[in-house]
Amino acid sequence: MKKAKTIDKIATGVIYVMATVIVLILASLLLYILGRGLQYVNWHFLTSKAESFSAGGGIGIQLFNSFFLLILSMIISIPIALGTAIYLSEYSSNGRIASLIRTSIEILSSLPSIVVGLFGFLIFVINFHIGFSILSGALTLTVFNLPLLIRSIEDALRSIPNSQREAGLALGLSKYETVIRVIIPDALPAIITGLILGAGRVFGEAAALIYTAGQSAPPVDFTNFNPMSITSPLNLMRPAETLAVHIWKVNSEGLIPDAVAVSAGASAVLILAVLLFNLASRYLGNFIYTKMTGNK
Amino acid sequence: MHDSIKESLTMRSTSAKREFRGKFLAMFCTTIIIILVLSLIGFIASKGITIFVSDKVNIIDFLTHSIWSADKTDSQGRPLLGALPMIMGSFSVTFLATIIATPFAIAAAVFMTEISPKLGKKVLQPVIELLVGIPSVVYGFIGVSVVIPFVRNTFGGSGFGILAGTFVLFVMILPTITSMSIDALKAVPRHYREAALAVGATRWQTISRVVLRAGAPGLFTAVVFGMARAFGEALAVQMVIGNAMLLPQNLVSPASTLTSVLTMNMGNTVMGTTANNALWSLALLLLLMSLLFNTVIKYIAKKGTLK
Repeated sequence: MKKAKTIDKIATGVIYVMATVIVLILASLLLYILGRGLQYVNWHFLTSKAESFSAGGGIGIQLFNSFFLLILSMIISIPIALGTAIYLSEYSSNGRIASLIRTSIEILSSLPSIVVGLFGFLIFVINFHIGFSILSGALTLTVFNLPLLIRSIEDALRSIPNSQREAGLALGLSKYETVIRVIIPDALPAIITGLILGAGRVFGEAAALIYTAGQSAPPVDFTNFNPMSITSPLNLMRPAETLAVHIWKVNSEGLIPDAVAVSAGASAVLILAVLLFNLASRYLGNFIYTKMTGNK
Repeated sequence: MHDSIKESLTMRSTSAKREFRGKFLAMFCTTIIIILVLSLIGFIASKGITIFVSDKVNIIDFLTHSIWSADKTDSQGRPLLGALPMIMGSFSVTFLATIIATPFAIAAAVFMTEISPKLGKKVLQPVIELLVGIPSVVYGFIGVSVVIPFVRNTFGGSGFGILAGTFVLFVMILPTITSMSIDALKAVPRHYREAALAVGATRWQTISRVVLRAGAPGLFTAVVFGMARAFGEALAVQMVIGNAMLLPQNLVSPASTLTSVLTMNMGNTVMGTTANNALWSLALLLLLMSLLFNTVIKYIAKKGTLK
């Protein structure tokens, strides 16, 4: 009897220690990155262009590229994900076709991102002759992002009680109209939370991009708004190294003398962006729901 | 005679038309996904089997030999392509990282579900969510600037190698395994615990003999998910593994993994050459492993559902 109690106490103690270790790991990770990197982050660092061989380069173009790629891939993937999620949650019965679709999504979501990147390289860069470009990168990120988006949107749609669907049908709306006018607005906060979480993942992704969006960031002229011009930031066909790819490249090539400073600063910016996405996903969904329904 | 009433009654309503269009759109999107997956597997497989078909490389040799140099040939004129160093590297970092991460992950899950759900929800849950969100290149950067010097000073060698890769992957897969383990333990019905406590079991006895047993299938799934993530991780590992295509001598000698070789060399080889095609075979191997992990997860889910 006594022995069992002693073991119980020891085991509880061990579990407490292990849980604390995990918290300590994260705390030290965050403190290290922010403590080491934030000292390099200033307006000059965030806006100036990167240097290839000398110190003092910034991350301006990379930062812009990251956001541009994120927005572009979201524009492509949201409609497809929404359509598939609607099909899965509203139309498909649990037959063979549904299980085929589910298996496809599971396979897609479990693929290593480097494999997705190589597929993008093979299809978009080489077979479609798009080359290393923002467009190739955005399409590849779409492949990478779709399974996650589909799953979160489908969960959001499924969490809406069936009485809402019945109410829509009872008013004489078709199934599709019910989905668009009743179910999606109701599920919107959860959908937005899922989208932002997906955005955070896309923002930090690098392995899928090194062979699709490329590893170089040619200078762009931020006053040039002609999307056909190669120096325009809006040009879809220019190679676009993102922030995450930049960190990898600076570290593995080590051609610039201040590699550690640049990657520390860029890591800090990346972490801050991810933290921001995380916070936003928590609050924005609720905020929009309150706005839409007028509830306090 | 033109009968407008009959026409409006037999015509398809606007609603029905919209319904048709909407359903068509949804099915169209779904078809895109299926085509995407099939073409992904198809394209990578067709590139990946090239060296076995046109260069007549033996599959067994490919998996068991340890010399990787596409420009040299053996006595039968076949290119020397032995992927064993990369396969060994991938499996060692994956297994070592999983072995270290699993106890921590399960301890954290037990803490959250059995010992202190309140503290767990307030502290541990956000910590794990944040850890999931940290991009892999940041882990790689920390690996280069913290783990490598640590390994070098403590265990000798250059610091680059399997041990460093293990440490980095440990932190990366920890949140994955933890959050799925939490779900697994939460799914264990409450009355199991109550029954155990009612017959006089201590909390630890309840946890170790009832909760962990009942949650075992879910915990296995969590571990396999973690392994799949570790196996497929590219950049963070590539930054700390040392990138030497040699059989690893010990844990601190430079090594390589399937992903690190792909990351490093895909850009340095010309499309269509044997050296390049051999890389696609590695990519195919990676794809097959990912499918295997997927199958294992499905199998566990099918066998182990709580009844």
